[in-house]
Amino acid sequence: MLPKRVAALKFEVLSPQEIRRMSVVKIITPETYDDDGFPIDGGLMDTRLGVIDPGLRCKTCGGKAGECPGHFGHVELAAPVIHVGYAKLIARLLNGTCRECGRILLKDDRRDRFIEEIERRIEFNQNYEDVIKEVFRLTKAAKKCPHCGEEQIEIKFDKPTFFYEGEHRLTPKDVRERLEKIPNEDLPAFGLNPKATRPEWFVLTVLPVPPVTVRPSIILETGQRSEDDLTHKLVDIIRINQRFMENKEAGAPQQILEDLWELLQYHVTTYLDNEVSGIPPARHRSGRPLKTLAQRLKGKEGRFRGSLSGKRVNFSARTVISPDPCLSINEVGVPKEIAEEVTVPLFVTPNNIEIAREFVLRSEHPKANYIVRPDGRRIRVIESNKEELAEKLEPGWIVERQLMDGDIVLFNRQPSLHRMSIMAHYVKVLPYKTFRLNPAVCPPYNADFDGDEMNLHVPQSLEAQAEAKILMAVQEHILSPRFGGPIIGGIHDHISGLYLLTRGEKKFNREEAMELLRALDISEIPVKNEYTGKEIFSFILPELTLEFKAEICQGCEECKGENCEYDAYVIIEKGKLLKGTIDEKAVGAFKGIIIDEIARKYGKEEAKKFIDRMTQLAIRIISKLGFTVGIDDEDIPPEASMQIEEVLKEAEEEVEKLIKAYKEGDLEPMPGRSIEETLEMRIMQVLGRARDRAGKIAQRHLGMDNAAVIMAVSGARGSMLNLTQMAACIGQQSVRGERISRGYTYTNRTLSHFKPGDLGAEARGFVRSSYKRGLSPVEFFFHAAGGREGLVDTAVRTSQSGYLQRRMINALQDLKIEYDGTVREQTSGSLVQFRYGEDGTDPMKSFRGKAVDVRRIVREVIGEVKK
Amino acid sequence: MKFKLQEHMLVPKHEILSKEEAEELLKILGVRKEQLPKMKADDPIAKEIGAKPGDIVKITRKSLTAGESVFYRLVI
Ligand SMILES: [Mg+2]
Ligand SMILES: [Zn+2]
Ligand SMILES: [Zn+2]
Ligand SMILES: [Zn+2]
Repeated sequence: MLPKRVAALKFEVLSPQEIRRMSVVKIITPETYDDDGFPIDGGLMDTRLGVIDPGLRCKTCGGKAGECPGHFGHVELAAPVIHVGYAKLIARLLNGTCRECGRILLKDDRRDRFIEEIERRIEFNQNYEDVIKEVFRLTKAAKKCPHCGEEQIEIKFDKPTFFYEGEHRLTPKDVRERLEKIPNEDLPAFGLNPKATRPEWFVLTVLPVPPVTVRPSIILETGQRSEDDLTHKLVDIIRINQRFMENKEAGAPQQILEDLWELLQYHVTTYLDNEVSGIPPARHRSGRPLKTLAQRLKGKEGRFRGSLSGKRVNFSARTVISPDPCLSINEVGVPKEIAEEVTVPLFVTPNNIEIAREFVLRSEHPKANYIVRPDGRRIRVIESNKEELAEKLEPGWIVERQLMDGDIVLFNRQPSLHRMSIMAHYVKVLPYKTFRLNPAVCPPYNADFDGDEMNLHVPQSLEAQAEAKILMAVQEHILSPRFGGPIIGGIHDHISGLYLLTRGEKKFNREEAMELLRALDISEIPVKNEYTGKEIFSFILPELTLEFKAEICQGCEECKGENCEYDAYVIIEKGKLLKGTIDEKAVGAFKGIIIDEIARKYGKEEAKKFIDRMTQLAIRIISKLGFTVGIDDEDIPPEASMQIEEVLKEAEEEVEKLIKAYKEGDLEPMPGRSIEETLEMRIMQVLGRARDRAGKIAQRHLGMDNAAVIMAVSGARGSMLNLTQMAACIGQQSVRGERISRGYTYTNRTLSHFKPGDLGAEARGFVRSSYKRGLSPVEFFFHAAGGREGLVDTAVRTSQSGYLQRRMINALQDLKIEYDGTVREQTSGSLVQFRYGEDGTDPMKSFRGKAVDVRRIVREVIGEVKK
Repeated sequence: MKFKLQEHMLVPKHEILSKEEAEELLKILGVRKEQLPKMKADDPIAKEIGAKPGDIVKITRKSLTAGESVFYRLVI
């Protein structure tokens, strides 16, 4: 058979004739099964609609369950009903056409101009929605038919399916008759193609009944049959339909017929969409709203987002993550339990058949779980059949062996916002139940270990494995395309550790040095009795020459360069660290200049090796020297406390002075500000400065040996502001960037502890205590108010940026850079950019966003450049 | 007062391609006219240079990273 390909999809509206033509059975009874449990002919489970019970055969195609695709039936509605999905369009059409002659309420030449414009837009692949909107707007406004002169009455649309002409309610039958009158020539102006759609088809006279295969019933444990929601709804429709017919034939009063008609409309509406506003949703006996047609398609769990673009996969695992600095950055520790469950296919050839056989014969860890025969049958390998299977094994079979050390897997953490969220790692099977990863790869995943979980996927073909190794391995992502610098690098203790090692001229004797270096597989170390920290760090450096200011640089007015008194000017010559301290700027994720340089000069493999060694060395250093923070590390001597007290008192007095000046009208407004704004800004300024001064005092007394200070200045964790707040003064609390002013509005005060209208520091949320000392109740209240804003902000921001990301991905997903450097949209082939990003540069290979780094090239060519 | 848009520092250079240039461009890119990015004929800059629907306009912009970057738009 020739393979068939779908060339195009076209969406049209089914005509009643078409519904009858594709129907294999007219459904006439709401009954489903007879007393023996057999489907009733002409019922909703008629076997001509397809079969779901194994054993039965379809009366239409003869196929068994699974073979028969199912076939449509239909219901002849006793009275026409509005299709909810088209109700709004119907309302517009009724208002856009003459109530008498059915013509569009536009003169022919104007109509043709609109049609022309629409055709032109279609030709240029452009949106013509606004043209149609304009047509509907103009025609609705028309008072008189330009064709027959009939006065028009506005049709009011009452959601979801009712139409009123003045006070008079239009029945679906009336609506249908009016729509029938619209001539084909007028339809294109409303955006309808008369070859595909007639507007009267928006009013249903025949209802298609979907095959049983789309609404299978399930057998409960009790043996009871439970029908699908769609079947329930169809039963309702047919029941009312029958009642309506019977009553009509019996000549029942008009009122009863109308009520039944409305009920039929309700059931058909909720069958199509059970979440329309204006009517209560149809419910199951249990009270649960039914999931009808629209609900199957809509939303995150719907057919499109849930089943078509999102799928569940096999050969994957998920568990909590925890750190293991002994792993390389491109490894992942996999719990043995998981390794025994997920498998890698081994395609048996004459060359590997013995290896494959060994896996089949094994009875513990790396053993075969399944074998797959060429005919696709999967057989579980168990103790009792393993010998037999190993015997039968031959080329062409597939052995599914358990995951083992050295296998390549994809590792992922949600939300997958950039490509570094999924990277390929090599497996290391380990005991216990968590995935283990090197903390240096936390930044690209944005992972921490407070309970984060991650997913693991095992590529199932050699091609996929090769792609993973070549394109997705961790080392391929050390440089980020986001900013052209390293995204993988030292964090937290790595930075503190190297800072401790390289700061000043720390000495280590030979024994200590060996202890630090032994895990790093460095082959050559000069024999000495004493090594400096800088020398030890130099052992892991490849040959490179670099000069830069460290993170700890104080930003002196005139940089003294290599003579920096803070040891903040790093000089590396031919792989030797001569001057300066290693910190975040040198080896940190995002900033690490050394990592950047190695990755560019020696490649990714070397950069990976450096990060592995650097983190190992740092961890060893920091555990050897010891590095702890306790509450008394933030103690400051009494005289410092007194100085801080003095500073704060001064500030508060100054605030009082400002308030006094304001009240007396002596305050000079700042340009473009009101007096009130000026006062607020001045107060914020004064209090902000006071907090900074308090911080400086505390800092002076904490000293550079304080662990928290070390972390803050080296960029390992925390900031000097955090320290200030712990040791000296928390400072002004704010909501929306202003001092806290809301509370008891009618007396204009924040809390009943203050006098009405008090604008002083304390009354408006200035917290003079430190975290160490603790907050007063009033301060605590303001702190909570300020803290809450932060929480709300993050909650709102994440949801907003998540949706933004989704829209961006949807918009950009099929853009591709072609070999000629242009960016094109894949399906239409239309051009988006004539040169990718204007400059044609791969941002990952750029130098922090710049296409060329001239300084670097000069340095490479002539060697040293001294600035 | 009427002033020239093109004289403003933020408005890049717009010029209409000749028939030959347009054909050449489409040949190099291997696309149909309709696959180019578009601009409206009633765009002020299109009016100023006298571009009519069907014309291709070459836009030369200053770029921070590339120095100069060239872009084309089909007038509709
Ligand atoms: Mg977390
Ligand atoms: Zn069938
Ligand atoms: Zn008329
Ligand atoms: Zn300096």
